[in-house]
Amino acid sequence: MKPVMAVFKREFAAYFATPLAYVFIVIFLLAMGAFTFYVGHFYDNGVANLSVFFGYHPWLYLFLVPAIGMRLWAEERRLGTMELLLTLPLPIWATVLGKFLAAWAFTGVALFFTFPIWITVNYLGSPDNGAIFASYVGSLLMAGGYLAISAALSASTNNQVIAFVVSVVVCFLFTVAGAPLVLDFFQLWAPVVLVNTISGFSFLTHFQAISSGVIDLRDLVYFGSLIALFLAINVVLVDMKKTG
Amino acid sequence: MITLQALTKRFGTFTAVSGIDLNVGKGEVLGFLGPNGAGKSTTMKMIAGYLTPSSGRVSICGHDVETDTIAAQTALGYLPEGAPAYGDMTPRQFLGFIAQARGFSGAEVKNRITAASAKTELDPVLDQPIDTLSKGFKRRVGLAQTILHDPPVLVMDEPTDGLDPNQKHSVRNLIRTMAAEKAIIISTHLLEEVDAVCTRAVIIDRGRIVADGTPANLIARSRHHNAVTLSLPLAQLAAAKATLEQQPYVASVEEGPRYDGAGLMTVFPRGHELIIESVSTLAQQQKWDVKELYAEAGRLDDVFRALTTHDTQRVRERTGVAA
Repeated sequence: MKPVMAVFKREFAAYFATPLAYVFIVIFLLAMGAFTFYVGHFYDNGVANLSVFFGYHPWLYLFLVPAIGMRLWAEERRLGTMELLLTLPLPIWATVLGKFLAAWAFTGVALFFTFPIWITVNYLGSPDNGAIFASYVGSLLMAGGYLAISAALSASTNNQVIAFVVSVVVCFLFTVAGAPLVLDFFQLWAPVVLVNTISGFSFLTHFQAISSGVIDLRDLVYFGSLIALFLAINVVLVDMKKTG
Repeated sequence: MITLQALTKRFGTFTAVSGIDLNVGKGEVLGFLGPNGAGKSTTMKMIAGYLTPSSGRVSICGHDVETDTIAAQTALGYLPEGAPAYGDMTPRQFLGFIAQARGFSGAEVKNRITAASAKTELDPVLDQPIDTLSKGFKRRVGLAQTILHDPPVLVMDEPTDGLDPNQKHSVRNLIRTMAAEKAIIISTHLLEEVDAVCTRAVIIDRGRIVADGTPANLIARSRHHNAVTLSLPLAQLAAAKATLEQQPYVASVEEGPRYDGAGLMTVFPRGHELIIESVSTLAQQQKWDVKELYAEAGRLDDVFRALTTHDTQRVRERTGVAA
């Protein structure tokens, strides 16, 4: 774990060495607030829960998480530090994992700063705090999923814009697979098994399941294996670049 | 300690490095020379494990770079081309990261940073962001990173590029002080650098080794090796040239620039023989008013130019675009 920690520490500190971290956190919080209060009419609903707040998470992550992920490898390649990093005696998987964990921890920090809304809702009523906690866990796992996808795609190009756009598209597919719009379309003609499989690949389905307050092992396994899969793809993509 | 066997790298149809065999032992400082695009950096990237060879193998201290990568990279200090570093970090943070990535912890990290920054004279800028440093300091941050773990093998791609003459001098001194205990490869465009620090020079062109020897060896291949240059009054110049051309030991005589009523002449010997004594005796016999007379050891750039090709020509050959 020592090599992972070395990479993790460098990466995590790098977020806060530049304005990136502060800009990101501020925009993240503003966007969360704007959607929850203005678009979602949090106060008007008159319900003491955070389902409105968490309902926007997948859609905000869709754009904000690839913005974090796009630089992970593309920037290293552009600055030439990739050569330095890959010639240090670190296993590639450790570098991939360290980078991912640092970025994930960073999104965790951003998510943590949404705590005032938890305080607010407790002040206004008596919400199901267990469900809220589960939703936070689910949200963090979902962010990890988006991030693993973005990181892997970042390794495939040295152009950050391409990395961002492709990540958003892939993340979008993983998100909408469970949206009613898509599922309704398939339900018209496809067998139930297929519909369930498609919805089973969606972040939305699993996130909503966790948000209901039940942290089911299946949902944990889903996010865990999705992250592992894309980290493995990430390792392969980085390794492939060595063949030129 | 560094072994390259039939090392080859192809990018698509283009062969960047073509069957290089090389052995570098302890105490050797090998100067890797070649025109831009000859395959120097590609070779060094393969040694460092950043590029995988298309065929052939590299081993460092007996560890195969492809199959035993971590062990090979542990024994290696590598300075990539352009000395890349994380610009948002200070040298202290950056070297700290390198130290931890190389498995040091606790007080050892601090000691390593102190030692490496002292050797590379980085102390005054240790706490300034690397992005704000001058080119010379940035390069030395890269060097400090390379030698931080005191590796038995050093591979440095243009270590003195962008340094001023004073900085070059101190980096060369640093390399010389480490030379006895290590196997070192440096690539360079600066031929004088080879003379200054290298015990061995290898010239590559189009991915192949075209010369391999001590710098003195290579210089001896120059057409200027043992050539004698003398300056004479203009009045004697033509006659002297004719006389010299008659001598059995002279291959050719070339006239050089003229100034202050005198002209320079360079006499090239047959078969690199030492002819300065003969020329000097002849000058006395003929009563020439010789103002200057000296023999040359040779010029490395002669050898370099004779053995390598111009990049425009190389690209033309490769792409088939006619002149």
